[in-house]
Amino acid sequence: MNDHYPALLIIAPLLFAFLVSGMAWIKKGLCYPLAVVGSGLCAWFSVRLLVDVLRNGAVQYRLGGWETPWGIGYQVDTLNAMVLAVVSVLAFINLLATRRSVAAEFPEKEGAFYTLYLLFTVGLVGMVVTGDLFNLYVLLEVASLTSYALIALGGPRAPLASLNYLFIGTIGGCFYLLGVGYLYIMTGSLNMSDVASLLPAIYSSTAVWVAFAFCMVGIGVKMAFFPLHGWLPNAYTCAPSAVSSLIAPLMTKVMVYVMIRLMLSVFSIDFTLSILNLGDAMVWLSILAIVMGASLALAQKNLKRMFCYIIVSEIGYMVGGAWLGNAAGMTGAILHILNDALMTITLFLAAGNIYYRVNGLEFHQLRGLFHRMPLTMACFVTAGLSIIGVPPTCGFFSKWYLITGALQAGEYGFVAGLLFSSLVNVILFFRVIEISYYGDMQQAHGHGSPSEPRTEAPATMLTPLLIVSTGLVIIGMYTGTIVTTLINPVIPAALAR
Amino acid sequence: MSDLIPVLVAKYNYWLYIVLMMIGLYAMIAKNNLIKKLVGMNIFQTSIILFYVSIGCKKGAGIPIIQHGLNTGHHAVDLSQYVNPLPHVLMLTAIVVSVSTFGVALALAIKIYQKYKTLEEDEILARLRPR
Amino acid sequence: MKAAGLIIVLLAGTLLLYATQDFPPWGAPDSPASTHVSPRYLQKAMEETAVPNVVTAILADYRGFDTMFETTVIFCAGIGCFVLLRIFRQKPEDRYYRHIATEITLHIKGGKIPEKSREFERIDTLWTPYDLIIKTMCRILVPFIQLFALYVIAHGHHSPGGGFQGGVILGASIILLAISHNMRTAIARISEKVDNLLMAVGVFIYAGIGAVCVILGATFLDYGNLSVVLFADQIMARSHGILGVEIGVGITVMAVMISIYNNLASAGKQDEGL
Repeated sequence: MNDHYPALLIIAPLLFAFLVSGMAWIKKGLCYPLAVVGSGLCAWFSVRLLVDVLRNGAVQYRLGGWETPWGIGYQVDTLNAMVLAVVSVLAFINLLATRRSVAAEFPEKEGAFYTLYLLFTVGLVGMVVTGDLFNLYVLLEVASLTSYALIALGGPRAPLASLNYLFIGTIGGCFYLLGVGYLYIMTGSLNMSDVASLLPAIYSSTAVWVAFAFCMVGIGVKMAFFPLHGWLPNAYTCAPSAVSSLIAPLMTKVMVYVMIRLMLSVFSIDFTLSILNLGDAMVWLSILAIVMGASLALAQKNLKRMFCYIIVSEIGYMVGGAWLGNAAGMTGAILHILNDALMTITLFLAAGNIYYRVNGLEFHQLRGLFHRMPLTMACFVTAGLSIIGVPPTCGFFSKWYLITGALQAGEYGFVAGLLFSSLVNVILFFRVIEISYYGDMQQAHGHGSPSEPRTEAPATMLTPLLIVSTGLVIIGMYTGTIVTTLINPVIPAALAR
Repeated sequence: MSDLIPVLVAKYNYWLYIVLMMIGLYAMIAKNNLIKKLVGMNIFQTSIILFYVSIGCKKGAGIPIIQHGLNTGHHAVDLSQYVNPLPHVLMLTAIVVSVSTFGVALALAIKIYQKYKTLEEDEILARLRPR
Repeated sequence: MKAAGLIIVLLAGTLLLYATQDFPPWGAPDSPASTHVSPRYLQKAMEETAVPNVVTAILADYRGFDTMFETTVIFCAGIGCFVLLRIFRQKPEDRYYRHIATEITLHIKGGKIPEKSREFERIDTLWTPYDLIIKTMCRILVPFIQLFALYVIAHGHHSPGGGFQGGVILGASIILLAISHNMRTAIARISEKVDNLLMAVGVFIYAGIGAVCVILGATFLDYGNLSVVLFADQIMARSHGILGVEIGVGITVMAVMISIYNNLASAGKQDEGL
């Protein structure tokens, strides 16, 4: 059983997704328990795989028993395993947390909703664990298609936002497919390590450069890297709360992982940084992404929309860190995948709780929330501190690595962008905290302490939120261990220290 | 100029499919009607499928079904007789993905039409603006 | 938007065209694509899987994992159309009934729905007169179409075909019934519940065969060890494994095609169609 973890963590949610879909027409009550079992098994196997990789080194798994490059192979090293564990555990926690909001918003179609949920998880997990370029495209389409359907279930503007996302996402996926096609014409293979061994002979050909460009643009579209981010604010804001807390933390981070995987393992780091010499240009684009994301977030009056622009800014951190060209920057980018997923899920779960009680997320509806939902707002404040970058939350440590890397590489513009973004985040979060803390006191007209009834979110929605927000602090404290055991083995020696 | 012609003739299939791709991409970005955008998406994806299938072509070769008579043992296979089968397999998957995306996009278009009673993007945006 | 579209298209097109200078010429037998990975597929497909159609062998065996996710994609499309469009509780709407003997049409506005009777037939809102030739011909053709579809699935080992192709033809036979008669006839043939269950069953067969392989000790989707269950040697076990997954794919594709058509053509109500 031990050797089959890479396959089991795909089989389990997949089979349970089909069971849930069939069970919706036979006995509706069983849909949620089956979905929880499927997602929980996926999380369990991912964690076991992570432990396995830490103990025994990289794991290889051949699907169908054929050796690569004739069959599809999995290559799981510590980077893979870490992102796998993050994705599956967060998807499981979100499933537990959003039970009530799903039951409230889609009473008749719960079975189909949980099927799409599990299949989205399968798509993301498969994208992370695969070692084959075309397999990655197919799983990208699984994840994208389920996300289009899930997002369109939301409020009145959701179908339009989802159709817009569909068009832009399809362009991204097709650009990636074109890039893979060009690579196939030049090398004749689809397996990542095989292509990596065949590419050095043809590094100077224009077809390989164009393949790299199209793959990166395709992934950049799905990653919402400025200026290709146009779909993200509408899509994630109009989605139902259960869906936005699933998709927002995970989808863009997995695409950052795919970019780093392509940079490190397929087109080796020499090619991307030395031969192409795009490092400076990409860092300047990331600075633009950070600054624009932060500035656009200042203009928003809706909580979820503000979070969406913060995500755009955070993607700028990760892309810039990866392209800085030194080990500290790459470490910061990879660490930020983990940290940003945690921070984003905390924010969106808190937003989900607020929406469940208040039925709206405009700033003027948040008045006095600190008294009515103290625990939710406490977790919101923790996440806000993490995004600002206050120790000992995890956000501080990834920012530290990014700033160190930028100083070593001499990219002072990137340092300035990071500091500007932190300042803007302070303004954003303290504005919300002020509205939600003091809002009601202005209306109380001195009637003593406002005795608002405590309408905190139900326990099933609150407990996972508390878990992820304490996770923010715990992961922060264990940063050293994470970096030395999980991230350092993946950084190639070619990156300057 | 005369040495451009052998280059054009040798790879005209790639050029043709890239032109088709760009027509589809332009329709997706620039057209106003949602269904025309969908048609452009279909053209874009179909031309990528044609591009891939043309990669596997070999001059004078037939379809990759091994001619084997009545026995199923070991056969000597003449590679130049059979087209490269791998792009065909990849494109079977791409066709299914294209059809699925088209299906979901049509469902979304129906929902948008039910709500806004129009499929022209500028009219929908005009309806959204005065909130 | 048009200007932006033109700029993007010109930029992308120029880059793509510029990169074709390094490509091997069209149809060259010594290109990397034709000499690196593919020769082994062509040479060994017969002796490793006993399937002469190399495309089916690669699709369902060598790269069978991709095909499982491809089936998952079409399953997601079916579930997606269902979850987006389907309306279960509908207000009683206007209905039209036609007296068969005198051809008088009755328009019943909401309220109580009359029971089924032999003298009145229910007609669609956009209705065309009864056409005996079309209805009879289509009804006669449907079983032959389905037979051909089963042939395409089963003979996919030896001729172009396989699960996807056969499944689409099977789905088309039911859609033909829906177009030539009306949607209620087709739904009476394959109800929504059976259709959705078939969707799940087909992909479950595919993933289930792979899981059985794991239980029997091999890696996922390695059909060789199925020889224990199927009482055949390793090579024929692969051939039968390929047939098994193709059947699963065919069932799912048929059910999804019918489901997507029903949901799209009736905009979720599954009441009246085209």
